[in-house]
Amino acid sequence: MAGTAVRGRLTWQVATVTAVTAETGSVRTIALDLPGWPGHRAGQHLDVRLTAADGYSAERSYSIASADGEPVTITVERLDDGEVSPYLTQELRPGDQMEVRGPIGNWFTWGPHDGGPLLLIAGGSGVVPVRAILRHRQRSGSNVPARLLYSARSLADVIYRDELDQYQGSAEVRYTLTRSQPPGWGGFSGRVDDAMLARIAWPASQHPLAFICGPTPFVEAVAELLVARHYLAGRVKTERFGGA
Amino acid sequence: MTLDGNAIGGLLLEIFGRDMTNAEASCAACGAVGPVAETTVYVRGPGTVVRCRRCTSVLMVIAQVRGMNCVDLSGLAALEANPRR
Repeated sequence: MAGTAVRGRLTWQVATVTAVTAETGSVRTIALDLPGWPGHRAGQHLDVRLTAADGYSAERSYSIASADGEPVTITVERLDDGEVSPYLTQELRPGDQMEVRGPIGNWFTWGPHDGGPLLLIAGGSGVVPVRAILRHRQRSGSNVPARLLYSARSLADVIYRDELDQYQGSAEVRYTLTRSQPPGWGGFSGRVDDAMLARIAWPASQHPLAFICGPTPFVEAVAELLVARHYLAGRVKTERFGGA
Repeated sequence: MTLDGNAIGGLLLEIFGRDMTNAEASCAACGAVGPVAETTVYVRGPGTVVRCRRCTSVLMVIAQVRGMNCVDLSGLAALEANPRR
């Protein structure tokens, strides 16, 4: 196909921060007022653009944490060597403004009509779009069976823990803690492996729909394990993010 | 830094005027067909490079030059915005 030059379209809009909430020591949820927002679907993301006084600007993508029909929230993890996340997690206050573009992405999304059973596997802040999916499932009254396997460094690093624990019962929520486990920890320990999936993954014969989100190496390792378990490639949806 | 096609959803939206993460890309080199979301994407070079997840051939290159997006799609045999899946 031929190449061409395309003039950029104006798709950025100004968002006003309405609240900043601490999730863990390094993670904040930021609620945004976006008057022109067309609505989003669980799993989508948005781009944030920050511009300094000298004109230097930086863009980053963040998953939308809220369900369909809710006001837009994003959840941001502070990366110590990051250019944008330290500002968003430490400096940002209600009333501050930023530029936002979105919602973005029609592949890594879920709605009740997409069915299941759902297998959601998240690493670190990869839980954000997966939380939006679980939240939308709950709010829409969907009875699609769902299981979440969430890998975090320690229990203190688990984002949305209170909310996720509330889904226990209508969904199955399991944690694996990779670096440290509290005394008497009854969940999984260590990186996601085939033995864990043998206990939590729906059998391929049930035609499951999987969503995997996390750092690139995490996503690739888990996707490979699921394909080895005969999950169909087209029903294993993945989203990778950078930073460590 | 290696990401995937989800990460350039906003850039592609700007260029194509619609969501392209769900579009179906056909690799001109190996014939692999799959959603743009699942391609391999490198964003830290001087431009954005999109590669085939199966054979690693370059599918698309996008570079910003003086406010213009220069888009090279020569590694694609086809890009179907409304795939029938």
